[in-house]
Formats: sequence, structure tokens, C-alpha cells
Amino acid sequence: MMETKNIVLVGVGGQGTILAAKLLTSGLMAAGFDVKMSEIHGMSQRGGSVSSLVRYGDDVQSPVIEIGSADIVVAFEKMEGLRSLEYLKPSGKMIVNDTEIFPLSVIIGANTYPDNILAEINSKVNLRVMAATKMAEELGNPKVMNVILLGSIIKSMGLTDIDWEAIIAENVKPQFKDLNIKALQAGMNAV
Amino acid sequence: MKLLLTGNEAIARGAWEAGVKFASAYPGTPSTEILENVATYKEIIAEWAPNEKVALEAAAGAAIGGVRSLCAMKHVGVNVATDPLFTLAYIGVNAGAVLVTADEPGMHSSQNEQDNRNYARHAKVCLFEPSDSQEAKDMLKEAYAVSEAYDMPVLFRMTTRVCHSKSIVECSDREEVTDKAYVKDIQKYCPLPAFARNMQVKLADNFKRLEAYSNTSPFNYIEDNASDIGVIGSGVAYRYAKEVFGKTVSYLKIGFSYPLPMEKIAAFAKGKKTLYIFEENDPIMETEIKAAGIACIGKEILPTMGELTPDRVRKALLNEETAVIQANPEMVLPRPPALCAGCPHRGVFYELGRRKDLMIFSDIGCYSLGLMPPYNATDAMICMGASISAGHGVQKAFDIKGDHSQKVVSIIGDSTFFHSGITSLMNVTYNNSNTLTIILDNRITGMTGHQENPGSGYDLMGQPAAIIDIEAMVKACGVKNLISIDPNNLQMVAEAIEWGLNVEGPAVIITRWPCVLKKFSAQDKEEFPTAFKQVCSVDVNKCIGCKKCLKSGCPALAFDRVNKKSGILSEPCVGCGVCAQICPKQAIEVEVRS
Repeated sequence: MMETKNIVLVGVGGQGTILAAKLLTSGLMAAGFDVKMSEIHGMSQRGGSVSSLVRYGDDVQSPVIEIGSADIVVAFEKMEGLRSLEYLKPSGKMIVNDTEIFPLSVIIGANTYPDNILAEINSKVNLRVMAATKMAEELGNPKVMNVILLGSIIKSMGLTDIDWEAIIAENVKPQFKDLNIKALQAGMNAV
Repeated sequence: MKLLLTGNEAIARGAWEAGVKFASAYPGTPSTEILENVATYKEIIAEWAPNEKVALEAAAGAAIGGVRSLCAMKHVGVNVATDPLFTLAYIGVNAGAVLVTADEPGMHSSQNEQDNRNYARHAKVCLFEPSDSQEAKDMLKEAYAVSEAYDMPVLFRMTTRVCHSKSIVECSDREEVTDKAYVKDIQKYCPLPAFARNMQVKLADNFKRLEAYSNTSPFNYIEDNASDIGVIGSGVAYRYAKEVFGKTVSYLKIGFSYPLPMEKIAAFAKGKKTLYIFEENDPIMETEIKAAGIACIGKEILPTMGELTPDRVRKALLNEETAVIQANPEMVLPRPPALCAGCPHRGVFYELGRRKDLMIFSDIGCYSLGLMPPYNATDAMICMGASISAGHGVQKAFDIKGDHSQKVVSIIGDSTFFHSGITSLMNVTYNNSNTLTIILDNRITGMTGHQENPGSGYDLMGQPAAIIDIEAMVKACGVKNLISIDPNNLQMVAEAIEWGLNVEGPAVIITRWPCVLKKFSAQDKEEFPTAFKQVCSVDVNKCIGCKKCLKSGCPALAFDRVNKKSGILSEPCVGCGVCAQICPKQAIEVEVRS
């Protein structure tokens, strides 16, 4: 029996983690896996931290991922990557989007956003830094940053055989289909 | 057909498949999406009620009237709905009625962690507890069959993890259920004492029959793995037990948990060396199983607070701790939710936070965030509607003590005012309280994700609806001192607060400006033609780096530490202009967005 795989997507409300997780889980289901996904939201629209926990395998029980057991953690923002380090298993892989979104305590001057987050993560785990926000801008729409990062997950987890173009076509508006497919490929090629 | 559904989507699907024709709810995390999804099925009339009591009464009425009905709310909402619930248990239904309670182990978006399974025992209604989306859909259909067979409302306990987790659901078609005739029967529908005593006896009798159902219910089943260790589990806690123990122990899965299948439990316990009880929050099954003389282990080692989670199970039962990579904790900054850029509550909290002579009683909504820095405005909160009524009590206490050092301000939103603020405001005028009430009317129910409400002009199914006029409502409650203002005009806000604190008798300020995330209606476009069409920018030559603008707490601001100048991110900024009014050097310009 296949061991259950664990993927953690974290970010800040509004960054598109939920859509990325939706595409990912749709693809995994289409490929015949048992899938569970858990999200914590509610107040997240107010700029709080958001996380989507995705699990797949032959028979998945818990919808939540235990700390220390994620195969991959993908952070859409640097501080959220640091916060989610505890999800990763020692042999796991971390992908961090090279983007900073300041929490309110930094905006009002009560705290300073640390400048060495990537070094801190890199000193502890296998880190891959992605300039997904910049790549998305180059593709012409900063919003597809989430799909670029999804591409990096797909490649890293060996899921490239799934028909992702069909999944994108089913889940995004027709006028954004090609852009999202390009974004997905860019993400796959970058890792 | 297989679909990947959240628990909330699965409940809506289950309601549709079960032939439900009417549904009512008040939004509240984690239950909100249930009715939003029900509303997508054209065969079901779906409604937002002003509060949970009204929602349950509407659903009860629909069931008495002869169609299957659904009601959904968050755990604390059931507190509001208990009055009809307890007596509906006596009266029973006609067509089936199910009340979904969405509990919050872990308190992700709630003020307490109450375990609403207790209500099943207290109100004398039976209880289902699904552990994933498939069960949520299947059990809901069964719940309607049980509701009709035993003539009682059914309580259906979801938790955040089941509501907001997706899993694969095998779906089927809608079952067209024949409507029930309504026949006048005062001995059934009028709980006068003489009739209610008979209803009580019938209810007790029904519970005896339900005990037999529980012992044979397909949702209470044994998974025998030939182990002398047994786990009795309900809800997602059962999934966590399976995650940790796999096939090394035997399970008794409890899906229909009140009344408990005591015969099945006794049979399962026989020959087991150790029996564990897995349930989130209170030791409810455990207490009853122990009372039946069956030895078991539960809350001696498992937590009564917070979510159970597999790692807590692993630590408690196996004494295993997973190796965890920790970041330097000093570097990890918290990221609590904040008022959005352009939020119309900002100006009010900025001005309230500047005063030191106020006791501010707040309510439940986005404006609960007024307690956070940089405003530090709010003193206290209890529950929906309490700002006005508890504020009244605080002011009375200050008056009794002769303490004139501070005055009470009550803060409430439009949806919360409709929910239960109106009766509180009646109390303020009727008992002549000298408080100031501020109603933040942002034209929508914001915190739960933009649900229509009686003031917004639309119903849950997107149809134009009657608009309840807050100003007229406040006047009708007997308030003589009332003004309506634009909350983005700081001078107007400050003057209104000063006025409200000094007039004789109760005063009310209504602020009217739409939520920045709201999808504008035709009426909004007409009333707020300039809203969110502007953008602010900093003239760096005028900025002296005093940081006063940062006191607005707007996430669109960014201070350049190197050059010591304020900056504004143009993407999130919608040009509300609050920061521009705070700036002492007029260094912030507001322009029409090009």
C-alpha cells in the first residue's frame, strides 16, 4: 500500500493558495488517488496567515498533516515559510517564493521584518527559492504566481503525468486558460 | 458520480439528495458555506434569517407545514436557537427537520469552544456525528429518515475540520419525497402544560425506540482487527485514531451518538484488555460508558481543550514525539488578521482609540479587531448583540458608583444589529441609559465572507429584497439623539463622538460606507459613486517621517526605514483618505485612480 503523501501550501490571505490547492486536489483525484484537504480560513480574508494541507495516497484518514511529516512545504511568502518549517519532515523539501508581505506589526513600526529569513530556512532544511511573483509579472499577470508555485509542487512530487491542462481548463475561466497553463509549465521548469 | 467536496458542500448535496425543500440559517464560521451551497440548488428555497433563533423557527415551521427542512449555524448560534429547540423536541416535526451545529474545537474563529453534543442530551434530540464529507452527505440523508420515523428534530454535529476539509464523495440523484399533509392537531403542536406532559412521555418512549435504532444503525459499526485493544471513536477523532493506529487495534465507529448504542458498546468491550474513547472536547461518550460499568480510558490522557490532532494522539497514547525542525522563534512574527485597506471601520477606531475617557463594549464582526494595535480601543466583548446591552449594564454600574471618569460606547455592525442589537437598543431607551451606540453599517455581513442581510437589498438566492432601514429602526426604538455620518471623514467622526457623549440620554451614531470587499449593488453604485475609485500617494518632499499616518493601521502603508519616509502601496490602496487626514504636513495626496 502506498504511503500517504503530505503537501503543505502556506501564504497570506489573497495570495491564491486556496485555488492552487483546489487545482492540485482535483488533479490528484482525477489520477485515482484518495485525497483529503484541510484549510483554515474564516478571518483569513483580513490578511491573516492561510494554509491548505493536502494529503493523497491509497487510503487517507486524517485531513490534517502532523508537524514533522510534510514531504514538501510551499510558502507563497517568506515569513509564512519560516512559520511552517515545523510541518516539514527532516528529509522534506521546502520551496519559498521570494516575496515579503509585511504583517501589521511591521507596518506600524512595532517590529522589523527580518532580512535573513531565507538564510535561516536554508540552514535547517533543503530549500529552493523561487522568484514566482517576478515570473508571474513577466508572464503578464502577477496573480498567476500561485499556479507557478503549483507547477513547482507537481514537478517536485513527480506528478507531471497527470493531465493538468484539463484540470486547469475545468477550473479557470476560458480567457485565463492559456496563461495558467504557461504559468504551470514555467513553475515545472524552474525546479 | 464522484466529487471532491468540503463537509459543508456535502451537507448541501445531502440536503438536495434527501429532497429538502426549505433551508434557513444565520452565517457563522465554520457553517456559512452550507447555506451558500444549498442556495445553488434550485429545488430548495434557501434563506438567511436575521438570527439563529429565527432560522430554526422558520425551519421548524416548514417541517410542521409538511416539507423537509434544514437549519445550520455555528456552535454559539445554537445558544441563540435553544428556546425553539427544546420545545420542538416535545412537539416533534411532521416532515423531517435537521439542525446542523458547526462546532469549533481549536476556536479558529470563535469566542468559545463549547461542545454542542451536550445539547442533544439537554434538549432531548438525537445526534449524528460525521467524520468526513462522504459521511456528512450519507448521514444527513439518514437523519431525515430518522427525523420522520421518530417524529423529532435531529441534531447534526459538524466540526471545523469536517466542515472545511475536502474529501471524495460518491453522489447520487435527488430523491423526490412526497410532501406531508398538514393536519390541525393541537395536542401535537400546542405545548400547553396539559399537552406538554403527554409530549414528554411520547418523547421518552421515542428515545427507548431510538436506543434500538442506535444498536442497529449502519453508522455505528465495528472494524474487528483481532486486537485486544479497542477504540470507540466519533467524528474526526475516529479518523485521527485510524491515522495513528492503523489496523493494529479494533474500532467501534460511532456515527449516531445519542442515544449511544450501549449493547453494541458492551459487546465490543468484552474481551478487550484496553478500551480507549476518542472524542473531541468533552468526555460525553466516556462518561456514559463509564456509568454503564465499562472500564475505559479517555480524558485521563487525551485533551479536553483544543483540537485532538494526530500528533496529540501519538504523544498521549504512544509517548511518541515526531522530530520537528524549529525556526528561530524570535524571527517568526505573528500575522493576525487586520482591518483591510479601505475598511470603513478604520476612521471610527482611529478616533475612538485616541480618547482615554471611554469604556468600549464591542460586538462580533470584523470590528472586533478594534481591540488590536494601533487602535487599542476596545475594552470588552461577549456575544452577538451584547455590545449595547452589556454596555448599558456597565454604564449603570458607573452611574451607581458615581464614577464619571469614563463613559460607555457600544460598537455594533449592521448584521449584528439586525441579529440581536435591536432588542438591546430597546433596553437602552426603555431603561434610559446614557450610553453612546455606534452602528457600523457597511452594507453587508463582512466577517463571514459577504452574506446579504436584511439591510443589504438582496436575499440569499440573489433576488432583490425589502430593505430594513436602520435609521428608522433606531428612531422606532425611541432614540431621540441620532446622526448618520461618513466614517472616512475623521473630523465628522470626532465631532459626532463628542456630541454623542455630551447629549442628554441615549445617543446613536450610524456610519454608512460599504465594505471594501463588497460586490456593489445598483443601489450602492448610486449611493457611493466615488467609493474605492481613488488612490493615495506620499509626496516624499513633504513627508517628515513622523509615522503619524501609521497610526491608522492601514496595511497599504509601508514605511521606508532607510529614507525615513512613508509610502503607500497603490495596489491595495482604495483612496479612503484616512491617512491623508492624519498627516500633519499634508504630504498624502488623494487622486482619482487612473
